[in-house]
Amino acid sequence: MIDIAWSEFTPLSALTGGALIGLAAASFLLLNGRIAGISGILGGLLTPMRNDMIWRLAFLGGLIGMPIVWQLFAELPEIEINAGFPAIIIAGLLVGVGTRYGSGCTSGHGVCGLSRLSPRSLVATLSFMAAGFVTVYIIRHLIGA
Amino acid sequence: MKYNVASLGAGLIFGLGLIISGLANPAKVLGFLDLAGLWDPSLALVMGGAILIGLFAFSVARKRSLSLLGFNMKLPTNTKIDKRLVGGSLMFGVGWGIAGFCPGPALVAAGAGEIKGIVFVASMVAGMMLFELIERKRAHSVGS
Repeated sequence: MIDIAWSEFTPLSALTGGALIGLAAASFLLLNGRIAGISGILGGLLTPMRNDMIWRLAFLGGLIGMPIVWQLFAELPEIEINAGFPAIIIAGLLVGVGTRYGSGCTSGHGVCGLSRLSPRSLVATLSFMAAGFVTVYIIRHLIGA
Repeated sequence: MKYNVASLGAGLIFGLGLIISGLANPAKVLGFLDLAGLWDPSLALVMGGAILIGLFAFSVARKRSLSLLGFNMKLPTNTKIDKRLVGGSLMFGVGWGIAGFCPGPALVAAGAGEIKGIVFVASMVAGMMLFELIERKRAHSVGS
């Protein structure tokens, strides 16, 4: 059976944050006609001969800039990163290569793709979720790190 | 110009959502991915809240050929479910499970000045460049 960590469960901020993510994806879609897929927006910067760099940089600048803006008014919520540097580097490489081969990440497939009722995105989302669950199970419960 | 401003605005709101939802915190993400431990279901509500709004937006977008600002709608046309899609997504999921970062939250953590967030983003970009190199090589060998 699944034991729920009630003390960690934050339904209100999760729903509020989720709604804001949905709002961002919705406004990007309705105003600019595009999918707010972060790995695709970032990866598109690396394709040569593009003349659509500026909007990509603007979107990514917003993402990177938000915590900076936030800190002008309040302290940021805790960002707790327990993985060591070698693990961080390996994970980063896997996420970089994987999201490009899979044409999307949590935002493009998970949020936008599922909202679009795309079977392709459903398969992608189930795949990365399953891999995430299994990886954490192996690391925490089999290796015991 | 309008296009770029809308992009910046969407990025800012997206970042705000990631911070408020707790997704920018890898420890929280791993608490969701740890089904066998004490499970934190919060992330399911983040996805649910986002998709609820997304469903509405895409039902509106589907009927339009131009966006509200007058740009062409550029929705994905690929419907192929193949090895690239599944293999890539599995690889992404393994990386996600190791660090607790997916691309958006990693960029937010980097913006917050977290060294590990910056290292993760640099490694992720290196991975994406590796993908470009492999793809270019493949295109060459197919073309010749």
